[in-house]
Amino acid sequence: MKTIQKFLLGLSAGLLLVGCGNTSKDSSNSGAMSSSNAEKVYVPPGEHDEFYAFMSGGYSGNLTVYGLPSGRMLKEIPVFSQFPTNGYGYSEESKAMLNTSFGFIPWGDAHHPDISQTDGVLDGRWIFINENNTPRIARISLTTFETEEIIEIPNSAGNHASSFVTENTEYIVAGTRFAVPNPQKDMPIDEMKGEFKGPLSFISIDQEHGHMNLDFQLNMPGFNYDLAHPGRDKSHGWFFFTSYNTEEAHSMQEVNASQNDKDFIAAVNWKKLAEYVKNGGGTKVAGTYAHNVYDESTMTATTEMKEGVISVDPRNVEGAVYYMPVPKSPHGLDVDPSGQYIIGNGKLSTQLSVYSFDKMMKAIENKDYDGDAYGIPILKFDSVLEGVVDSGGLGPLHTEFDGKGFGYTTFFISSEVVKWKIGTWEVVDRLPSFYSVGHLTIPGGNSRKPFGKYMFSMNKITKDRYLPTGPELEHSAQLYDISGDKMDLLLDFPTHGEPHYAAAIPADLIKSKSKKYYDLEENNHKYAAKSEAATRVERNGNEVHVYATTVRSHFAPDNIEGIKVGDKVYFHITNLEQDFDVPHGFAVIGANTSEILIMPGQTKTITWEPEREGVWPFYCTDFCSALHQEMQGYVRVSGKNSSTKLRWSLDDEWKE
Amino acid sequence: MKAASISMIIGSALLLGLFIFPLWSISLEAPQYPSGIGMYIHLDGLQGHEKHDIQNIDGLNHYIGMRKLPKQDEMWEFSVFPIVVGGMAILGILIGLLGFFKKVSYKWFLGWLILMTVLGVAGMFDFNAWMTDYGTNLDPKAIMKMTDADGNPLSYKPPLFGSKDILNFKAHSYPALGAILMGTGMFLTFIAYFIGLKKAK
Repeated sequence: MKTIQKFLLGLSAGLLLVGCGNTSKDSSNSGAMSSSNAEKVYVPPGEHDEFYAFMSGGYSGNLTVYGLPSGRMLKEIPVFSQFPTNGYGYSEESKAMLNTSFGFIPWGDAHHPDISQTDGVLDGRWIFINENNTPRIARISLTTFETEEIIEIPNSAGNHASSFVTENTEYIVAGTRFAVPNPQKDMPIDEMKGEFKGPLSFISIDQEHGHMNLDFQLNMPGFNYDLAHPGRDKSHGWFFFTSYNTEEAHSMQEVNASQNDKDFIAAVNWKKLAEYVKNGGGTKVAGTYAHNVYDESTMTATTEMKEGVISVDPRNVEGAVYYMPVPKSPHGLDVDPSGQYIIGNGKLSTQLSVYSFDKMMKAIENKDYDGDAYGIPILKFDSVLEGVVDSGGLGPLHTEFDGKGFGYTTFFISSEVVKWKIGTWEVVDRLPSFYSVGHLTIPGGNSRKPFGKYMFSMNKITKDRYLPTGPELEHSAQLYDISGDKMDLLLDFPTHGEPHYAAAIPADLIKSKSKKYYDLEENNHKYAAKSEAATRVERNGNEVHVYATTVRSHFAPDNIEGIKVGDKVYFHITNLEQDFDVPHGFAVIGANTSEILIMPGQTKTITWEPEREGVWPFYCTDFCSALHQEMQGYVRVSGKNSSTKLRWSLDDEWKE
Repeated sequence: MKAASISMIIGSALLLGLFIFPLWSISLEAPQYPSGIGMYIHLDGLQGHEKHDIQNIDGLNHYIGMRKLPKQDEMWEFSVFPIVVGGMAILGILIGLLGFFKKVSYKWFLGWLILMTVLGVAGMFDFNAWMTDYGTNLDPKAIMKMTDADGNPLSYKPPLFGSKDILNFKAHSYPALGAILMGTGMFLTFIAYFIGLKKAK
């Protein structure tokens, strides 16, 4: 009995000690330190954040815009998914943006945004983002913050190693994460090995308008090309891709694709390949893909279905493609600001493998090969490896750089961010993540010139970080101050969808270029009514076109008669306002489309197919003015065979 | 007399600045217009501070039943004022030149200044009368009919000079660069007269 008492005494004393330890730790966290952290993220009312952060929405298909350091969400930009909030993907003008060779696709899985660069420095012209499920790349204007172009990538699947930008925005890439037959064909799945391919697509960018052109596809062996980054500075001209499943397993991949000790980094000399293609190299192969372009002048997107793509066999271009062995199913691949070091993050290991560009070039020169894979030379591991970051963590995923000589790597399994020194490869700091961190971003952290003041991590698991909201939770980001020797966790903030990566840029580089409204004089929309005098209703068979306008606080016309059951009514609404932040909305009862939000000077169209006779209201959905509640109108719908005259009015001035 | 004549020439030539720079500026301030909204009054018409400010002021004014701001061809002043100002400038320069070559006396300088002052005051009266009409002659179907404590309709006339609260806005009305040049010019013609007077003594 006494022993038990002693044991309990000892146990409770021990618990007391543990308790004390916790208490003192907590109080140090919530004391003077955290109040200074509060000041660091506090942006007073009316003042602006220092950085824009563009977070991919993952399965939301969209891109969200945040301000840093406040962590405030500023906007959601629809990209690959329909967005009933403003009519994107529902309006007649924007529907074409979601066209693919598979038809209209209402949803996408958006992954890796990347901002255009000049001389390896963020230039803030455009931001690109890839879609993983139905391979596509989108370009978003950083003037209007709207999606302007989407190009589909044929012959590919799982567009994950994308949409990374070369240092003068010459090319962006699209890898193939799910090896597939190329060309696609009906064949037994278990005969995949050696038959499937992993094409890497190179999309050239027109420097004036940013238009994307599928220049060529490198028809690589059927491994899973996961992530990529371009060389920069001294390694400019090369692109590096990680691959996993060099086992070429087709089932139970979590086990069967994790058997090889080493997979590959593919080093691709894109300059050499581009030259080869320019001189007529490669063969034109089949491949249908949609190219959707939004024209700001006509405010309308159009789809061009394109056919055929130049395919390059990597074995046909001497010195253009090599493999470098990398331990254990690597995920992220990152290149330091100098372009000298290429970092492979072995997601099933504890280590980062650091390759030297100089050593790689030397090994190529010396033909220092360790055999080949499907005819592609494999450079000897020891000849190209510069060093190893022995982190002590588990599951490294992604690395970004601060421009001050340090790399920051996320560890998914051990749930932490680790800071290490370039050159010595020693770990200098580590902080836990809450929880299970995926990507991280430093503004400009994948360019020649990082802005190393803040770093934020995008965490995959949220659990108890916020007030509970049922089983389904938003993901969570954490903002760190990295201006000192040690990282300092400043802020938690929820994110929308599942951000896989983010691109961030100093606000001063783009905020003054942000458009305030569209000039009505420059509106060349086919169905625009640029004044109330130009408003009208036209019937063409069972199609009825309403050319309407909005201005605070009425529609013109606001009474319409002569619509019949079975008609398809096109409401073309032009917002006549010419002032910043005066949108009007339009919605009509029973529309099986969405509302539309029309910015000043803009024209948008939504369709309505009335099925019942009656007098049906429409109204403005955006609280536009003191008379917003009065901003409404009526449409009279008559029977199919009725003789009600088509006429319309504003303030009882009827026209027909 | 040479110095006086040169002063007269420069002074009256400064009136020509009104053909480039606005006479007056009226601006409106309210919380939801963080960068303000306003218009310049030129000799020959109105111009927004920003490209679409005139349209936006009209948009605001329609709530209280004010008419739209006049276009160039909707007010006789916009075609007469340029002729008057141009004519006075040419006349002043001519008098200055004649003074320079000793064809006329310095008293002509004063004569010009008196005429210009009379015309200027008349112009201000006209301008004020227009603003009074514009700010009080309201659409009987106005959306908002505001009254003062005595039940009289509110006047939305902007001040001729200075600042005034009008509903949720603070209106500021001040001379712009053209008027400042004109004032400086008129002062120079007075100096011209003054030098002439001193020399004559």
